[in-house]
Amino acid sequence: MNKKQILISGVFLWVFAVIGTTFVAVTEDTTRTKIADNERLVLLRNLNALLPAEKLDNDIVNDTTTAPASNLLGTENDTIVYLARLQGKPVAAIFNSIAPNGYSGKIYLLVGVYADGSVAGVRVVKHSETPGLGDAIDTQKTDWVFSFNKQSLDSPTPSKWLVKKDGGDFDQFTGATITPRAVVLAVKNTLLYYQQNADSIFQ
Amino acid sequence: MNKEITQNGLWTNNVALVQLLGLCPLLAVTSTTINGVGLGLATMVTLILSNTLVSLIRGFVRNEVRLPVFVLIIACVVTVIELLMQAFFYDLFLVLGIFIPLIVTNCAIIGRAEGFASRNPVGASALDGFMMGLGFLAVLALLGAMREVIGSGTLLANADLMFGESAKAFTITFNKDYSGFLLAILPPGAFFGLAILIAVKNALELKAKGKAAVVGVSLKAEPA
Repeated sequence: MNKKQILISGVFLWVFAVIGTTFVAVTEDTTRTKIADNERLVLLRNLNALLPAEKLDNDIVNDTTTAPASNLLGTENDTIVYLARLQGKPVAAIFNSIAPNGYSGKIYLLVGVYADGSVAGVRVVKHSETPGLGDAIDTQKTDWVFSFNKQSLDSPTPSKWLVKKDGGDFDQFTGATITPRAVVLAVKNTLLYYQQNADSIFQ
Repeated sequence: MNKEITQNGLWTNNVALVQLLGLCPLLAVTSTTINGVGLGLATMVTLILSNTLVSLIRGFVRNEVRLPVFVLIIACVVTVIELLMQAFFYDLFLVLGIFIPLIVTNCAIIGRAEGFASRNPVGASALDGFMMGLGFLAVLALLGAMREVIGSGTLLANADLMFGESAKAFTITFNKDYSGFLLAILPPGAFFGLAILIAVKNALELKAKGKAAVVGVSLKAEPA
């Protein structure tokens, strides 16, 4: 194959790359706002599940602050904290916490904490726990995560923030202790984080 | 010709049961029927579009850059499908998300582009894409249904992800107290399920050929 042939092939490939990229770019451009809307809606749905819409009147998706990487939140990078307010007064903060020690890797949580330090609600956002055993932390499977609602570091006391098998107040599931143990600890640590940083969060 | 293409795609040369291509997404997503159907549809649309486009350019694509051009086309098609899915079926995308980009690496698609679409007219290529995709979709749906019924005792759970809120009623629960059969949902269940489907297909074919009696003798594996 001579140089001219190689050049023609190269140009041919280039033309296709340009056409293909244009096609993708145009689609991306037309769907961008719709996709952003979808992401926002799903986020809002998750946040509203933790905190009923009537308890706040601010734009919770955009009223945020950042929490630096913290051992208590289980995070290695800055994370977003969503702030709920009613008539300007702090109602709750919703944290993106991570339980680092799940049975198969990290468990990503949304933990809502009321301004008084009690739990508004906990939802599992992403996990890879064993289907049928550890995945009972998912609201689609069982109601287990609702057992955190209204709990705080005053009741039960910090030493009781354990699964029952370890002498604490929270149920484990049949056949799975590691998963609930990880989640209980992560929620407790999030409350601790809130306790230590409450003043700076609602600026 | 058309009849042959149809038969090839759905049965004789079925992507999943005979060519055994695209097993990674096949085994990974089929824990429920709806997941299977979702990925099956996305793969089918990709196959139809990539086959059509490849067939359209078959006359003037230069031989040396044939494969890169095919890969480029497939990658573009899949990216566009991924974007459209995010825009219009976001909940389903959240479930299938990581498997959609993997469609690019499904050997069945480049296989059909190279093996069929690059040598056949547009109409036949589009039909081949549709039938191959439908065959793949059927296996995904069937395997998903098997695993869902055995594993969780339901059928069409989460249909609302694909068909909207009203589809919540589609879900059939066979026994409310069914505690589930974990093996069927875990990856080994996918292998067992696929093996059963392949075995059933082979048995049906042998029977059709009237060779059912000699099953025990001719168990020699042949490369696809």
